[in-house]
Amino acid sequence: MTPEHKPAGPHISIHADTITSFMGFHVTNALLLSIIVFVVFLIVAIKYKQESTKPNKSNFFYFITFVLRAIYTLFRSVLGEKTNYFFPLAGSFFFFILLQNEFGLLPGVGSVLIKVQEGHQEALVPLLRGNTTDLNTTLALALISVTFSQYVGIKHLGFIGYLKKFINLKSPMAFFTGIMETISEFSKVISFSFRLFGNIFAGEVILTIMAFLIPVLVSFPFLLFEVFIGIIQALVFAMLSTVFFSLAMEKAH
Amino acid sequence: MTPESAKLLATALAIGLGVIGPGIGIGIVAGKAVEALGRNPEAEATIRATMILGIAFTEGLAIFALVIALLIRFT
Repeated sequence: MTPEHKPAGPHISIHADTITSFMGFHVTNALLLSIIVFVVFLIVAIKYKQESTKPNKSNFFYFITFVLRAIYTLFRSVLGEKTNYFFPLAGSFFFFILLQNEFGLLPGVGSVLIKVQEGHQEALVPLLRGNTTDLNTTLALALISVTFSQYVGIKHLGFIGYLKKFINLKSPMAFFTGIMETISEFSKVISFSFRLFGNIFAGEVILTIMAFLIPVLVSFPFLLFEVFIGIIQALVFAMLSTVFFSLAMEKAH
Repeated sequence: MTPESAKLLATALAIGLGVIGPGIGIGIVAGKAVEALGRNPEAEATIRATMILGIAFTEGLAIFALVIALLIRFT
């Protein structure tokens, strides 16, 4: 859209904006917030590790333990005795996505603007942006999850046993199901990444539009709803990953 | 009709028509989950987990519609 046709509306961009370039590597606003979240995640994890060896534990320790235990029992109902093997990855997925989602809703994220050079003209872009509203992040997470499910399948069934799921010459029907399985393996990446991206990005758009239409108080219930959506989407991503891990371990039928 | 207005219409139609099916689907999933809960209240954890998974899969279809709408709007 050319600048003179731009409607007077809120700033919505589907991709993360580049803020600065560092040795040919584009530092986007989503990456900037991601680094902040990463540091917070690291500090919480280190503090939790230190607290766990102390004789007198603080409330912080018990709170994190309470949350971890709730998530653990939830995964246990899906995975059974395989929980301990998968919990490190699935739990990390949950907490990482949860923190990314909720940090994207903090005040100042998306509303603090910064001037950058875009070609020959200056443009105002947000300094920070929720990391899960960038398709690159969700695609990376989806690829990690799907690749790991392949690894789990090969490890538990053997390479030939796992391949039998996709290429099956017993009957025409089984051959057809094998092709469908192969396609669904690829569509998993798309649906994983776009589910997370679509939900969080749509939430951001709704908040922006609501604040634009009626500036006072109306966006507050939507903000609460987005906090809830952030939790649910983190849970859905982690749960779906565990379900696909346990499906990958099952034998071909 | 200018190309610009056709684009806006297409965006609205894509997402508007695309969420009808998943909307009905999620309603059915949640309704059946509540029914199951009423019949068997002890199985709450399992039912809730299964319901969230079912909703996630149903919602994926709406997400595809959203992706198409975004593609039309922003490219």
